[in-house]
Amino acid sequence: MENGIRDFPSRVGEQTSKRLGTFSYLPPLDAAEVERQTEYLVRRGLTAMIEHVEPERATARYWYMWKLPLFGETDPGAIRAEVDACIRANPGHHVRLIGFEPKRQTQLVAFVVERGGATS
Amino acid sequence: MATYDAGVKDYAQTYWEPEYEPKDTDLLACFKITPQEGVPREEAAAAVAAESSTGTWTTVWTDLLTDLEYYKGRAYRVEDVPGDASCFYAFVAYPLDLFEEGSVVNVLTSLVGNVFGFKAIRALRLEDVRFPLHYVLTCGGPPNGIIVERDKMDKYGRPLLGCTIKPKLGLSGKNYGRAVYECLRGGLDFTKDDENVNSQPFMRWRDRFENVAEAVELAEAETGERKGHYLNVTAPTVEDMYERAEFAKELGMPIIMHDFLTAGFTANTSLANWCRRNGMLLHIHRAMHAVIDRNPYHGIHFRVLVKCLRLSGGDHMHSGTVVGKLEGDREATLGWIDLMRERFVPEQRSRGIFFDQDFGHMPGLFPVASGGIHVWHIPSLVAIFGDDAVFQFGGGTLGHPWGNAAGATANRVALEACVEARNDGRDVENEGTEILTHAAKSSPELAAALETWRNIRFEFDSVDKLDEVAK
Repeated sequence: MENGIRDFPSRVGEQTSKRLGTFSYLPPLDAAEVERQTEYLVRRGLTAMIEHVEPERATARYWYMWKLPLFGETDPGAIRAEVDACIRANPGHHVRLIGFEPKRQTQLVAFVVERGGATS
Repeated sequence: MATYDAGVKDYAQTYWEPEYEPKDTDLLACFKITPQEGVPREEAAAAVAAESSTGTWTTVWTDLLTDLEYYKGRAYRVEDVPGDASCFYAFVAYPLDLFEEGSVVNVLTSLVGNVFGFKAIRALRLEDVRFPLHYVLTCGGPPNGIIVERDKMDKYGRPLLGCTIKPKLGLSGKNYGRAVYECLRGGLDFTKDDENVNSQPFMRWRDRFENVAEAVELAEAETGERKGHYLNVTAPTVEDMYERAEFAKELGMPIIMHDFLTAGFTANTSLANWCRRNGMLLHIHRAMHAVIDRNPYHGIHFRVLVKCLRLSGGDHMHSGTVVGKLEGDREATLGWIDLMRERFVPEQRSRGIFFDQDFGHMPGLFPVASGGIHVWHIPSLVAIFGDDAVFQFGGGTLGHPWGNAAGATANRVALEACVEARNDGRDVENEGTEILTHAAKSSPELAAALETWRNIRFEFDSVDKLDEVAK
């Protein structure tokens, strides 16, 4: 019988139910949206950092760091190129872009660009 | 040489010093004084300075055994209250030695003690206090602070989301845990005990803690995100408070909660110290604050309570929402959320800030916007609070037509859409409807929430306006 109420589809055992922080409740960001967020990161004067991990290890505090943080990089295109290089070199991994603020020692931007493994 | 001259002198003779230059180490206070008919401003101000420091109504011989010139509080300035001739501001400087180190209890006992019942004044309000950095650094402060909490909870680049479980009283432990689980699996970061949930017959604290712990763990396993529930450890005795806190830690829970005014500053400071030693986050609720801070002529302004709590210790504190169902003027709220979060807050009368306040290296804490908020408020909340805040729903999650999980997802989708739009450079507050409507196209949960709470606003004027605005 239909009463208009929807069941909530999340399941403990399914990778597709796993969330990955900020923006993981929105549809995957397209290239233009990623570009705008990267521009924001640069505009705020943040240091871009790229991290990646096997999907089954996504809850770990430490993901793998891709190279070193891109200190001083202010070209959104160059940041995107590094993200793409990381994705190519680590097929199946989650890849996230971070905007790091050294004075307060925190991340002011962090979102997954590439969701690895099972698609959501 | 001073000689003993028994009798009653005007307070102003000893305690009014308009030429005094406050020292960096002085504790400064701004009082709003409504004097009795015929009492001159300087005399009323001096009386407040005297009665909140070294003075009493008559001269005593033991005054001559010490250096009262050094120890006394001094009224050093009076000012008009904009647009209100019935009262005035008095500024008082107190030497640092008058206050025990690390004790907001002692500071309050002097500043808002007997003086508030003093007959020569009709009403008295402590508007602001400047704690000298020397004093700030004798206090423990937030057990963790914003930066550490973000690392512990693994939440970056957005405000955090919470929900207070309702009905606030009457659920059994198992049903309560169900409500928690549903909220957390739907996408909230935290759920919260309502402040009056302590350990009643329908749900004893231990039973609640065990059910909630299972709910938190399950939601973490399901979503892969870190979750928490503010387990309220407010209790009739400090022994009970510690027992509850210890059990929360034993269960592996990340955060506990305390009501700092009803429980008292001594208990709060002890609990904050316990949290610091045990790596636990501390959420602070503010029951009773409106009794103390809502009357514009008498009591203690909320910004003073905020400063006291930051010194006593807490990682979250309720701040009001501006937009929800509870009192809170926008500019005044911006003033006190600065006092929660920033390292240095300059004097800014347009926000009700009377003094520069330096917190040095003391961590900042998360303001918690709670009280009658729902998805339509999120654009304004993002604009007002920025990222370092917790948006705490109640009915705005639990009242969703499909239940808590869908309500939580709606909250989270709306939040993320607003953060993305803000980062894109859009004016989130003015384009809110468009941003939310667009996000709802790919989120049926958000679409249903927007439909349910369309046109629900709480538009009443504030009772306690800033004096600058009230004129």
